Amino acid sequence: MTFIKFIGKTIGVTGYVLQYACLTHCTFEYVGDFVMCSGPSMEPTLESNNILFTEHITPRLQRLKRGDIIIAKSPVNPKQNICKRIIGLPGDKVRGHFPKRSQIVPHGHVWLEGDNSSNSADSRGYGPVPQGLIRSRVVCRVWPLNKMCSLTEY
Amino acid sequence: MFLKSLCKSVLFGVPIGITFLDTVGYVARVEGISMQPVLNPGTKNTDYVFLSRWSVRDYQVKRGDVISLVSPKDPNQKIIKRVVALEGDVVNTLGYKNQYVKIPEGHCWVEGDHTGHTLDSNTFGPVSLGLINAKALCIVWPPSRWQNLEAKLPNNRSPISKSI
Repeated sequence: MTFIKFIGKTIGVTGYVLQYACLTHCTFEYVGDFVMCSGPSMEPTLESNNILFTEHITPRLQRLKRGDIIIAKSPVNPKQNICKRIIGLPGDKVRGHFPKRSQIVPHGHVWLEGDNSSNSADSRGYGPVPQGLIRSRVVCRVWPLNKMCSLTEY
Repeated sequence: MFLKSLCKSVLFGVPIGITFLDTVGYVARVEGISMQPVLNPGTKNTDYVFLSRWSVRDYQVKRGDVISLVSPKDPNQKIIKRVVALEGDVVNTLGYKNQYVKIPEGHCWVEGDHTGHTLDSNTFGPVSLGLINAKALCIVWPPSRWQNLEAKLPNNRSPISKSI
């Protein structure tokens, strides 16, 4: 009798855990999540080990603007995320780095650059990035607490 | 009371459904003729395929796999193509700007089976692995076309040099 009760309770708890796991997945995937950034490419705006709040709604509706800071999958390694600023939208004329001539950003792509232009692997190295790789837009910094600020304006 | 419990089930049921579709896979309709004769062989009936998200969770694809990916030209559109070459391979292109292309790191070369009637890597070049959305495992509808989609390359489309 107690055994059956135990089984029932286990199933109940598992169900609750599953429900909340799914709810968390949907929130983080479709609404917003927290990202810890590392590396020097966005200095002085962002420093290593800052925690950022990012939202997924604007990229999904494709309302991204020039100057937005975004999180995208790296084009050279899909398991790695990059945090850069949008410099050019489709149709814009931008200046490349290695072939040092201006080029036009093709349809469905964006031009990303880090704020620390001397120490950043970005579109100047690997060219325009497909919009399909963009995951979210950075809204504000939440950690460290004394540097908490909004990051949506250029 | 009834309304309250209904709201509660919907509130918890919808995220469970979405999570399932996001992590396990879903069924989608194939449009267009780019994958003929494997998919949509006739013009009347369209095929429905099962797209497995689980198979591509760590971006592992093989040559010959049929995959669905976000179009590099239009982020709202998903396309279904066959993987022809992986990173490091050299591929003989059909009408791309260079005759021979070495696939860069983190990219792959995708082509439709219906050469000449497909918008694929021969138009937009190598695609980043991050754009891969799912792997097509089998045709689920109509019942007369139930079959697994096997990983096979068209004979003449094998890469010239393989890295692995």
